[in-house]
Amino acid sequence: MKVDWSTFWPRIVEATGETLLMVIMTLILGSILGITIGLLLFVTRTGNILENKFLFHLLNFLINIIRPVPFIIFLVAISPLTRAVVGTTIGTWAAIFPMTIASAFGIARVVENNLVSIDSGVIEAAKAMGASPLRIVFTVLIPEALGPLILGLTFVTVSLIDFSAMAGTVGGGGLGHVAMTYGYQRFDGSVMLVTVIILIILVQVAQWIGNTLSRKIMRR
Amino acid sequence: MIEFRNISKTFKIGNRKVDAVKNVSLTIQQGEIFGIIGFSGAGKSTLLRLVNLLESPTNGEIEVQGVNIGSLSQKEVRKLRSRIGMIFQNFNLFASRTVAGNVAYPLKLAGVPKKEINERVDELLRFVGLTDKAKDFPEQLSGGQKQRVGIARALATSPDILICDEATSALDPDTTGEILRLLKKVNKELGITILLITHEMHVIQEICDRVAVMENGEVIESDSVFNVFTNPKHLTTQRFIQSVQQDRPSESLLEEWRKKGGKHLYRAIFKGEIASDPVLSRVTRKFGVDVNIVYGSVRELQERLYGNLLVSFEGPEDHISSVLSELAKDVSVEEVNINEG
Repeated sequence: MKVDWSTFWPRIVEATGETLLMVIMTLILGSILGITIGLLLFVTRTGNILENKFLFHLLNFLINIIRPVPFIIFLVAISPLTRAVVGTTIGTWAAIFPMTIASAFGIARVVENNLVSIDSGVIEAAKAMGASPLRIVFTVLIPEALGPLILGLTFVTVSLIDFSAMAGTVGGGGLGHVAMTYGYQRFDGSVMLVTVIILIILVQVAQWIGNTLSRKIMRR
Repeated sequence: MIEFRNISKTFKIGNRKVDAVKNVSLTIQQGEIFGIIGFSGAGKSTLLRLVNLLESPTNGEIEVQGVNIGSLSQKEVRKLRSRIGMIFQNFNLFASRTVAGNVAYPLKLAGVPKKEINERVDELLRFVGLTDKAKDFPEQLSGGQKQRVGIARALATSPDILICDEATSALDPDTTGEILRLLKKVNKELGITILLITHEMHVIQEICDRVAVMENGEVIESDSVFNVFTNPKHLTTQRFIQSVQQDRPSESLLEEWRKKGGKHLYRAIFKGEIASDPVLSRVTRKFGVDVNIVYGSVRELQERLYGNLLVSFEGPEDHISSVLSELAKDVSVEEVNINEG
């Protein structure tokens, strides 16, 4: 049974809204968590402003065990935790939780990589002027790495659109859910086509915003 | 004033211990420009970073402006750092901030009100001659302009001391001269004590009052620039001085001199007052000997003249020896071996 497009568009709009909600909420929560972890990872490195071997190795280890797990497996694997935190494993918010955790560790690595590329001389200069470690984080590290950081976050956003579609297949809602239930299980090629086109548009828009912002910040 | 007392710094690299600074004692006087020269790896960079505790000493004590800095708390260390400006070989400007933003940064750290910051930034940019570049970003500037921004930023909090980490090593000779003149101006007009490290002897020669030569973590020689230049004791010091002073003609020139049946060559060194006295002419005339200046230079060191000339004499042998003994009263004269390389 094919969908009746005269009544199906609102469902598509709703699903797009769910996808956007998942991606944007995850991006916000995941960035807060991920940037924090990434900064901690960087400043606790050997020889850095808040060197702490234990914390560095702990965070590094956590990132290395979470990142290689394919998201679809991670999603299912942490569902008991999701139920404990969100109260359910079905729906948009139940998808946001695992997406946030998974993306936070990805973002942490992106943040760390961008911070490592900052010239250590600039950090030394700030230190020599009497800046405290916290001050250095907010007035040197973040502003100096912001351009590439935004490109990194854009890259993460695109993979979040991918994550959200996967979450959709296991009850997360959004375009992924629509594509699976109507397009795949009912063999409706038109639904599949529409969702794919919308996903492509979302990715393009996200990339455009990211490029524009980073270009503005990096002045090139 | 900065005083190093028996300072040592040992780094641990894996299981290996590296003695970067070994038992250094030095005093840098208020208001002087003090240079530390050494080849790379001599420990001068580490020694410089001990002054504002970017590195902490393994042994010994450092006093800065009368305060023993070994016992300071974290907060006091940051306070100390705001009293010591620092400039760097690679400028280390914040790429995300404009020229004005870079100069304003230390003032923001110090909690200066915004209006005062703007006034102070204008004043500093005027001092370093970059008023028209206030809104530019560092990547739009030349090396010399970047270092001017670095200097303005280092001076923002009106420090007592400016420390310079190879501040001209990344610059071309013209720009180096420009930055050195600016540093001299900082010292003269603002009365700021300057401690610099360099591997270029001409930097020492041009602006320093006193110099210390470092090798393998130790200070091997330390004196006024004039004394070190005119009477270098250590071999390394002599090598540094030769790098800026052509005191021996090239081998091919000497070869030619020998071929033409060249006479004995003598090195005459004139220091200070005597360099402006026509002593050479007076003495040779007295004994009826002709003098030929083959090679040499007269230079200014700390506003004193220093001449280093290679001369030969023509005339009867006994008259020449009279000339030599007469000259030796005022200047130092020695025969130069023209056969050795």
